[in-house]
Amino acid sequence: MSAPEKQETLQERREFLKAGAVVAGAGLASGVLVFGAAHSRPPEQAATADRRWGMLIDTKQCGDGCNDCVTACNTENGLDGKTGPQDSQWIRKLNIKDLRNGRVHELPMLCQHCEHPPCVDVCPTGASMKRADGIVLVDRHTCIGCRYCMMACPYKARSFVHEPLTEQNPEVPRGKGCVESCTFCVQRVDRDEQPACVEACNAKGHQAMIFGDLMDPESALSKALKSQASTEVRADLGLNTGVRYQGI
Amino acid sequence: MANENCINQAACRTPQFLMLLALGGLVMLGTLYAFFTLEHYGHVLTGMNNQIVWGLPHVFAVFLIVAASGVLNVASIGSVFGKKLYKARAPLSGMLALAMMAGGLAVLVLDLGRPDRLIVAMTHYNFKSIFAWNMIFYNGFFVIVGLYLITLMDRKLKGYSTPVGFVAFLWRLALTTATGSIFGFLVARAGYNSALMAPMFVIMSFAYGLAVFLLVQTAMYWWNGLTLDERVQARMEKLLAVFVAASLYFTVVFHITNLYFAKQWEFERFILLDGGIYTVLFWVGQILVGGIIPLVLLFSSAARKSMALVALAALLVILGGHAQMYVTIVGGQAFPLEMFPGYAESSSFHDGVVAQYSPSIWEFMLGIGGIGIAFLATTVAVRTFKFMPQDDFHALESGKD
Repeated sequence: MSAPEKQETLQERREFLKAGAVVAGAGLASGVLVFGAAHSRPPEQAATADRRWGMLIDTKQCGDGCNDCVTACNTENGLDGKTGPQDSQWIRKLNIKDLRNGRVHELPMLCQHCEHPPCVDVCPTGASMKRADGIVLVDRHTCIGCRYCMMACPYKARSFVHEPLTEQNPEVPRGKGCVESCTFCVQRVDRDEQPACVEACNAKGHQAMIFGDLMDPESALSKALKSQASTEVRADLGLNTGVRYQGI
Repeated sequence: MANENCINQAACRTPQFLMLLALGGLVMLGTLYAFFTLEHYGHVLTGMNNQIVWGLPHVFAVFLIVAASGVLNVASIGSVFGKKLYKARAPLSGMLALAMMAGGLAVLVLDLGRPDRLIVAMTHYNFKSIFAWNMIFYNGFFVIVGLYLITLMDRKLKGYSTPVGFVAFLWRLALTTATGSIFGFLVARAGYNSALMAPMFVIMSFAYGLAVFLLVQTAMYWWNGLTLDERVQARMEKLLAVFVAASLYFTVVFHITNLYFAKQWEFERFILLDGGIYTVLFWVGQILVGGIIPLVLLFSSAARKSMALVALAALLVILGGHAQMYVTIVGGQAFPLEMFPGYAESSSFHDGVVAQYSPSIWEFMLGIGGIGIAFLATTVAVRTFKFMPQDDFHALESGKD
């Protein structure tokens, strides 16, 4: 091949690669846009009841002594990880032992994001609230720190901030004198990401937590709940929790 | 100056009055110091934690609120049920109700995590919350009892005292029902979740309120060198005995119904048998000091003639009332929350174990401030206004009261 011919071939290749890159880029971008339109919600749009976020925790998969979900939660939400009686814990590893046969289970306990949350019922100012998509939150602007929600929660899922805080995550505002609890990492969920605890559990390879939309029959969560027997903690209270457990 | 204001007393005893003011003022100074310290450093300085979220301040506050509604009973018996003996005591009863309610509410507010957001609590109401209803009842209490007090003390408005008194009576019943329901509606906890909480709080309010009334009345008679008429004393002490006995009755029914439900046995074992401080406070504080000893004193023949003995019985009822509040409020939280029946639970968040609580001096100083406010308000009010009961002895003689 002569030098000019070689040059021409190279030129053609460049043109081809350029065109290919443009096509691929456009395809990818449109794909991202379509995906985005289908899954994430623009910030100005309110959460709707078309979805209900929930979680299934498989206690058989939950690692013995593994605390990764707790650590990930602390990192994501700016908690210091201390476990004194006055320290906040949004998620904790609970060990339960069957008193009849001695069988032991480990499971993460967090806000169960009830459909009928007692914390929301009892809150005098309405600061404890349930978002349309089922996530139970505390409005930091109207919480007066009365702690009645902590008295009412059947899962001890709430903590009171006992002292001033520093080095907070800007996405997760917290403050002295207010009550707080697991938000299902609402800031991540609104970006179409998984809660930090679920991500950490998967990264560890345990796959003990499935997070998803309970209203979507095609979601992995709905499919798992359809095929596996699961339990609701304190089902006798009729709260219809968003978090379910299997293996207990 | 102070002398000029003492228009209704046999002897002004201004130095002693100023000493009382100084005593109350000192308590209030301590309370304010504790409040600002806690406001700055947070509740980390208290013994309260994520397991015992309501502690000593709530014990003082709820006692004062319950007793405030109960002390109004004296006025109600006069206005609603037309008993002259009690009508003569209605103004003092109304004033004490306001003073104690102010004290109790102040402690509740000062203990909030965000007391600066009181305005939020007053402007945002979740009507499904019994706590929100309580805020309406508490605020309404000041308005209604305030009006009632005016009708009782202003001759021109006296005619309105019966209808306004009737409204106040219904309001205070609703208020104490709602206060009891704060605990009764806690469905998840073994120590609460009972419809009995509401009527039990109502009947206890009768006893605590009357006990406070008798103590203040005794102090006022003693201060002025007077002796309470034996007939008046006999009737009031009998009424206190009835209320104390009724409170004991409700306590027994509450625990017996719990004992009937197998799922409540562990909680009952905790309170009645092996709950440590809570068991001691229940049997010695609530039952013995707050119930049985006062009953023995009130039914003794010596009590007929001794104002001091009745005052002692009243004081014991008040002490027992605080023990009851401690057992109800703190004991109910200390007992572990059971999420998995049939399983033993443990975690880094103190699951499955009895929660520990050691009140700090800060929360004691905060809590005692409620009594300080009620004490100061009462001391100034009884000196400045005509709250000394004026009995109609002719009616007493003829038995027409």
